[in-house]
Amino acid sequence: MSALYTGPKVCMWTLDHPNPGSLATYVANGGYEVLKKILAEKTPAEQIIEQVKLSALRGRGGAGFPTGLKWSFMPRNYAGDKYIVCNTDEGEPGTFKDRDIIEFNPHQLIEGMVIAGYTLGAKAGYNYIHGEIFELYESWERALDEARAAGFLGNDICGSGWNFDLHAHQGYGAYICGEETALLESIEGKKGQPRFKPPFPASYGLYGKPTTINNTETLASIPWILRHGGQAFLELGKPNNGGTKIFSISGHVNNPGNFEIPLGTPFGDLLEMAGGVRNGHKLKAVIPGGSSAPVLPADIMMNCTLDFDSIAKAGSMLGSGAVIVMDETVCMVKALERLAYFYYEESCGQCTPCREGTGWMYRVIKRIEHGEGRPEDLDLLMSVGGNIAGRTICALGDAAVGPVHSFIQHFRKEFEYHIAHKKCLVGS
Amino acid sequence: MTLSAESLAGIDKEVAKYPVDQKQSAVMAALRIAQVEKGWLATETIEFVADYLGMPAIAVYEVATFYNMYELSPCGRHKITVCTNLPCQLQGADTVADYLKQKLGIGFGETTPDGRFTLKEGECFGTCGSGPLCLHNNHKMHTHLSPETVDKLLDELK
Ligand SMILES: Cc1cc2nc3c(=O)[nH]c(=O)nc-3n(C[C@H](O)[C@H](O)[C@H](O)COP(=O)(O)O)c2cc1C
Ligand code: SF4
Ligand code: FES
Repeated sequence: MSALYTGPKVCMWTLDHPNPGSLATYVANGGYEVLKKILAEKTPAEQIIEQVKLSALRGRGGAGFPTGLKWSFMPRNYAGDKYIVCNTDEGEPGTFKDRDIIEFNPHQLIEGMVIAGYTLGAKAGYNYIHGEIFELYESWERALDEARAAGFLGNDICGSGWNFDLHAHQGYGAYICGEETALLESIEGKKGQPRFKPPFPASYGLYGKPTTINNTETLASIPWILRHGGQAFLELGKPNNGGTKIFSISGHVNNPGNFEIPLGTPFGDLLEMAGGVRNGHKLKAVIPGGSSAPVLPADIMMNCTLDFDSIAKAGSMLGSGAVIVMDETVCMVKALERLAYFYYEESCGQCTPCREGTGWMYRVIKRIEHGEGRPEDLDLLMSVGGNIAGRTICALGDAAVGPVHSFIQHFRKEFEYHIAHKKCLVGS
Repeated sequence: MTLSAESLAGIDKEVAKYPVDQKQSAVMAALRIAQVEKGWLATETIEFVADYLGMPAIAVYEVATFYNMYELSPCGRHKITVCTNLPCQLQGADTVADYLKQKLGIGFGETTPDGRFTLKEGECFGTCGSGPLCLHNNHKMHTHLSPETVDKLLDELK
């Protein structure tokens, strides 16, 4: 695996063709073939789930949960309606991969959702799209129309007599709706407040019906897996970490953008692909998996490979594959202040530790940043954070604490300097 | 108070996406469509949407207040929302935001006296690789902003 990865790409291969997002490009390169085959041969659901398990595809939405296992939780002989839901509510700061799938390979997502619908016996599917990317909501609706007209969606799909339809649901500005049960509440026309789990969506999901929710990239990987086989997907990555994965790299690099590379690629290779740290500056720190993942100092990060297990061992999370790069000019207090504000602003407010704790942490970090910090503030932050983590309905509480604890753990001197000298160590 | 035939047709299309007994699933889209027509969501607009979807007005009001992109008070003709979250900040969003504030003479959450512009601070748009960026009236994104491109954008918005 080198910086110049030229092997197969699961999702973003269309970018090597003219009109990457068009139905014509997709079909000319084997798109919808595997759907036709499955419907013509009436492939048993168990056989499809077996291939997905073999592929070691792990959810691309942040938690890395094995997709085949998740699919096997759906009740098989349930008499009523079931649903499949796609999570394109991509709003975790640093993540911008799912938007590119919608823009450059919408039909592979549609095919993946239709196959998921067939496998899980769903009646319909919804794709929840982040509010701020309205233009992509419209373009995905046009792709749905194309798929319907071509007989890949709607009634009597590919002449099989089977009916299944997909719809887009647009968010309107709430990060919390990326959490799967908040997302379901939102589709139901309510405030996006997460539900208690259990019951899990596989037994009580959309409209109270069995529902499977997967991330956009997860679902878009399905046609590739079934076309080339689970084993081929597994071999693209590492054991237990199958496939290539789209990494979104942002911040202080010369060329921020998305790069689809095998899981297990060294971080240094990705950095090189993104043109290196901007203008010859020095790498200071990296948040390897979206804003909720603990920050890692440069030296630790440079020794990591990009897969769920390696990043977890280093004390952080691969999360959604959003790599935020910071060079030596970054004031860690200021960076943390902005993240803390985000969680405070986006807490849905139903759990007291999260609602009160996120605001409290933000105010304390803000006063440190603005030269009004007190010597006891760092202990206070650790303790407030400790009282949120693990005591809330959803994982946003933990997500808000991760940055605070890790920034202080790795960059304590900078925080202490701010408090003692009422000014910044890096002068930004 | 009513909405245009076009808006109502748009709402009907949204309602058709959901099971017949789940009309309220279209509430977010209905509020979006109503806001595009009216510029913001007055109480009477919210009540109209509630009536149209057969929901209690309070349930619609809850939705309108929960999601950040709905406006519950009058807004300038052109709402500019700048993402200032960390990845965008690292890529220069603060410079762009300061430039906008200085040029329009207003801060975040304010409207110019002529009612032409409202400036807002946004959270991650899921498009960080192209930051700094802003949204115009919620639906049109402008990427790779700099003071020069901001000048051009503002000139185009009459
Ligand atoms: C606060 C919060 C925000 C989340 N945002 C997203 C998101 O934007 N996209 C996503 O796919 N998953 C998001 N998740 C994870 C989802 O709850 C869920 O685990 C995921 O969609 C499952 O899909 P996967 O198994 O394919 O990864 C979020 C979770 C939390 C707690
Ligand atoms: S942890 Fe925070 S965001 Fe999650 S349900 Fe509780 S209050 Fe809402
Ligand atoms: S941080 Fe600005 S779009 Fe993500």
